[in-house]
Amino acid sequence: MNPKHLANSILFTVIIMFSTTALAEEHLIAQNSKSFQLSGSKVEAITIKVGDTIRFKNEDPFFHNIFSLSDLKTFDLGSFPKGQSKTVVFDKAGTAEVECAIHPEMFMEIIVQ
Amino acid sequence: MKYIFSPQHWRRGVWIGLAFILMTGASTAAELNTYLRPGAIPQPSNNLMTPNRVKLGKMLFFDPRLSGSNWISCATCHNPAMGWSDGLPTAIGHGQKILGRSTPTILNSAYQPLFMWDGHARSLEKQALGPIENEGEMAQSIDNDNGKLISLLAELKALKGYRDAFEVAYPGEGITKKTIAKALSSFERSIVSSDAPFDLWIKGEKQTMSNAALRGFTLFEGKASCVKCHSGFNFTDNGFHNIGLEDATDAGRYAIRKVKILIGAFKTPTLRDVALTAPYMHNGAYSTLAEVVEHYNLGGHATENLSPNIKKLNLTATEKTDLVEFMKSLTGEITPVTYPVLPAE
Repeated sequence: MNPKHLANSILFTVIIMFSTTALAEEHLIAQNSKSFQLSGSKVEAITIKVGDTIRFKNEDPFFHNIFSLSDLKTFDLGSFPKGQSKTVVFDKAGTAEVECAIHPEMFMEIIVQ
Repeated sequence: MKYIFSPQHWRRGVWIGLAFILMTGASTAAELNTYLRPGAIPQPSNNLMTPNRVKLGKMLFFDPRLSGSNWISCATCHNPAMGWSDGLPTAIGHGQKILGRSTPTILNSAYQPLFMWDGHARSLEKQALGPIENEGEMAQSIDNDNGKLISLLAELKALKGYRDAFEVAYPGEGITKKTIAKALSSFERSIVSSDAPFDLWIKGEKQTMSNAALRGFTLFEGKASCVKCHSGFNFTDNGFHNIGLEDATDAGRYAIRKVKILIGAFKTPTLRDVALTAPYMHNGAYSTLAEVVEHYNLGGHATENLSPNIKKLNLTATEKTDLVEFMKSLTGEITPVTYPVLPAE
């Protein structure tokens, strides 16, 4: 490959990477009163972009255990107490169903576009 | 104003306030409200409770013809004289077979979102037919004559008393699996706890709780951390926990959701009328509430995959007794249940 083209390719890749990083957002989903909450209100679904991160933060005085067995994303964040949070990056488009294993009334969808 | 803010009265006010906090188990009035009975019995819009539906459901609940042997009714295990349970460590099903899990009370089913010890049924209507068809429990074929057995639908349709009762309860819907499930669910939703001494105490009748029970309530919410799982009006978080019982053979909720923490986890049972529903735990491991308290005091027995809520408590002998007294204060006055007259033709 022509060195000039190679340099351009690298530069393009770096720009794209930085662009993606800059665009990716982090969304805070709290576990509060045995429900998923976004900005203080119960939420049953959130739409995010590919590459975005969801931060699950426990605000209840007991443990939660967030997981998903969806085709889009399978994860088990384990049990974590009040004040702690864990993150999941959603790197593909689709819909993930997220639950608390301990409290199955807690259920929401992550719609990744 | 001078009177109100005098140092003498200010100090007295502080002491009275501290005494109140101790007497109320450190709960504020707002926190106590979490234990209040919800305004109405929850019920689905497609199966609202009516007297005729509850009446039909009661007939079905007490009718042994719902089982393959025509000998076991729902009430055989969910016996109203025994706290809507059976007093056995684990249930006995079709052919006197001893089953693997204890019979949970049906009390306050209306307030629960999931049913069975592993929560596999997502509504009462979905749960109602499970034990009838389960080979180990009532071993009944509901909609298929299988050569030896006449199906339940055929048995019920042959009886005018049932034909009429279904038509009054569910006009035009007929006798179907769906209407059987709906009627049974309506009856089960009608089985709700009465006001226990604890409820009356919250409402202001302070003499209903002994000092030991009040100390037990403080422990329940504090040192013993029972409230982390046994919360709200029905004293359950409707959640699933491995509480450290020695029972390696039953995967519990893990069979439904393959998440590690659910290995050996079972649904948190209500504590309403708990004095009437021994033995305790999903496998009937304990005969008394004192044994239950000792289990938690030790932080459980089996430690593998234990819920992070379970820890050694280091309770004194008095504290253990106080916790038992508090749990007894959750048992209300029991209204005798009358048996229905079942259709003979």
